[in-house]
Amino acid sequence: MSVESMQDQQKMRTALVEQQRPSKPNGLSASLTFAWRALLKIKYLPEQLLDVTFFPVMFTLMFTYLFGGALAGSTGAYLQFLIPGILVQTVLFTTVYTGVALNTDISKGTFDRFRSLPIWSPSPLVGALLADAARYMIASIIVIALGLILGFRPHGGFVGIVIGIVLVLVFAFSISWIFSVLGLILRTSAAVMGISMTFLFPVTFASNIFVNPSTMPSWLRAVVNANPVSLLTTAVRGLMQGHVNVAEIGWVLLSSAVLILVFAPITMYLYRNKH
Amino acid sequence: MSDAKQMKTNALAVEATGLVKRFGKNRAVDGIDLAIPQGTVYGFLGPNGAGKTTTIKMLATLLRPDEGQARIMGHDLITEPDAVRSRVSLTGQFASVDEVLSGLENLIMIARLMGYSWREAKKRAFELLDAFGLQDAAKRQVKKYSGGMRRRIDIAASMVVRPDLLFLDEPTTGLDPRSRNQIWDIVRALVDTGTTVLLTTQYLDEADQLADRIAVIDHGKMIAEGTSGELKASVGSGVLHVRLLDPAVREQAQHLLADVLNVPIHLSSDPVALSAQLADTEHAGDALNVLNSNQIKVSQFSLGQPSLDEVFLTLTGKPAEPTTQEEGAAK
Ligand SMILES: Nc1ncnc2c1ncn2[C@@H]1O[C@H](COP(=O)(O)OP(=O)(O)O)[C@@H](O)[C@H]1O
Ligand SMILES: [Mg+2]
Repeated sequence: MSVESMQDQQKMRTALVEQQRPSKPNGLSASLTFAWRALLKIKYLPEQLLDVTFFPVMFTLMFTYLFGGALAGSTGAYLQFLIPGILVQTVLFTTVYTGVALNTDISKGTFDRFRSLPIWSPSPLVGALLADAARYMIASIIVIALGLILGFRPHGGFVGIVIGIVLVLVFAFSISWIFSVLGLILRTSAAVMGISMTFLFPVTFASNIFVNPSTMPSWLRAVVNANPVSLLTTAVRGLMQGHVNVAEIGWVLLSSAVLILVFAPITMYLYRNKH
Repeated sequence: MSDAKQMKTNALAVEATGLVKRFGKNRAVDGIDLAIPQGTVYGFLGPNGAGKTTTIKMLATLLRPDEGQARIMGHDLITEPDAVRSRVSLTGQFASVDEVLSGLENLIMIARLMGYSWREAKKRAFELLDAFGLQDAAKRQVKKYSGGMRRRIDIAASMVVRPDLLFLDEPTTGLDPRSRNQIWDIVRALVDTGTTVLLTTQYLDEADQLADRIAVIDHGKMIAEGTSGELKASVGSGVLHVRLLDPAVREQAQHLLADVLNVPIHLSSDPVALSAQLADTEHAGDALNVLNSNQIKVSQFSLGQPSLDEVFLTLTGKPAEPTTQEEGAAK
């Protein structure tokens, strides 16, 4: 054996033998480590941020200047109506990544390693959701900043904006459990992306995000008004424009609670029993 | 080993009885018993679809066995999964680190998850990268690593806190010979430092090189178990491969060879090829003579080490099947 490879062997032995076992980490620290991992990925896959920058800018400009005048009399008036809706749409589309990222981890075998570690078992999921919340925040800030530049003037002020964003984040958190279920059930991340989009497009367009449903046929209006996305958009508009309606907020919180109560346990069950 | 004497003489790293795992009607693991002593390397040898990965996943607490019991380092698999997880590490068959992140980031993440502070985690990560010869690739994304580097970072990730028992699922499948040798050196170093290793492989020579004992697995069952010497003895001293120029005379050649060698002669799917396991190599020369004297032209005549296929042929009477046939048969 050469001198060099003997040194290598020595290094290997030292690295393997001479170490103290650290104490077991707690669930929060493990979750934060997983969140750190998810956020690191933005560095490598900056296209993730494309969805939260390019699309809201495109949708806002397109709708405001193409249809705004026709829909609300003037582009300025339409902007007051549209920006809270764009906020909702942008953040909801960002939630799809929860399922896609989960599915990728599972198909690559990364989750097998996580599941064989002596850590609090939901921490990979909790960490991913924490990182998602950070992404939703980035998306929200971009949309609001863009709106303010173009002439969005919310009467609810800073507090109204912040509470509005928090409400959107709560709803996004609850809906992302649906996508984590899809991420665990479906075989490929492309399928997760495809099915999630097929679900999100009608749900966001058959809502009051872009237009006031009062001119729609009555059956469609009933559907649109019952859509939780419409409830959320209405509540966020109210908060940002300074007329707080407790019932509207209550409906959003209720739908969020129902989504979480149904889909979070399914996610945990599938996650624990996945093979 | 001198350490072994200080331990309880019969301390077992893995003790399993009657492990069964079904996927639908397919009995992927069909009653496996194991007794793996601490401080040794144990090899699972078997073709694709034999049930190696499924067995390892059960032993690493990732899959719940449908039947059977197991104790890992003295802890019950079903009732003490956390205790088991803190004693074992799994390096899966497919990349089990995050390919998008760099090698350094992966190791820091695992070290954090194992309870190191950020500073200590970083120190430990660099120490391991250095030991596994990956210092120059520390900041490169794992997906840009070569196959051999990938396996090394996978194993390094399992060593952040040295486990008592390491599962290595097909650590060298698809690697070039040099990378394979590096992995073998790593496994030897691991065992020297006291870790028990359970590895799976499709290569007889790998099991031969590394494992103290080998279990041959097929269709979820253990069909043979022993040291590599014992297994080889059961296969015979060598394998004779003959290729003819003319497929039409293969049957004639089969009869002639059977008479001279006194062992069964196998016809493989290649229409000009025959093979036989020899109990001893004395009569190989006679075999060539009898073919010559009957004007049967030979394009290849060789004596080789038994391969996994030949171990299977001897133990089961049929060749190791590829997975596709396997799945067809399972229906
Ligand atoms: N998650 C699964 N669902 C259904 N069948 C599976 C699953 N995993 C493995 N199998 C089947 O179980 C058998 C054993 O597979 P595996 O343990 O991966 O074999 P090996 O690792 O020896 O190649 C195969 O027939 C395979 O198709
Ligand atoms: Mg396998």
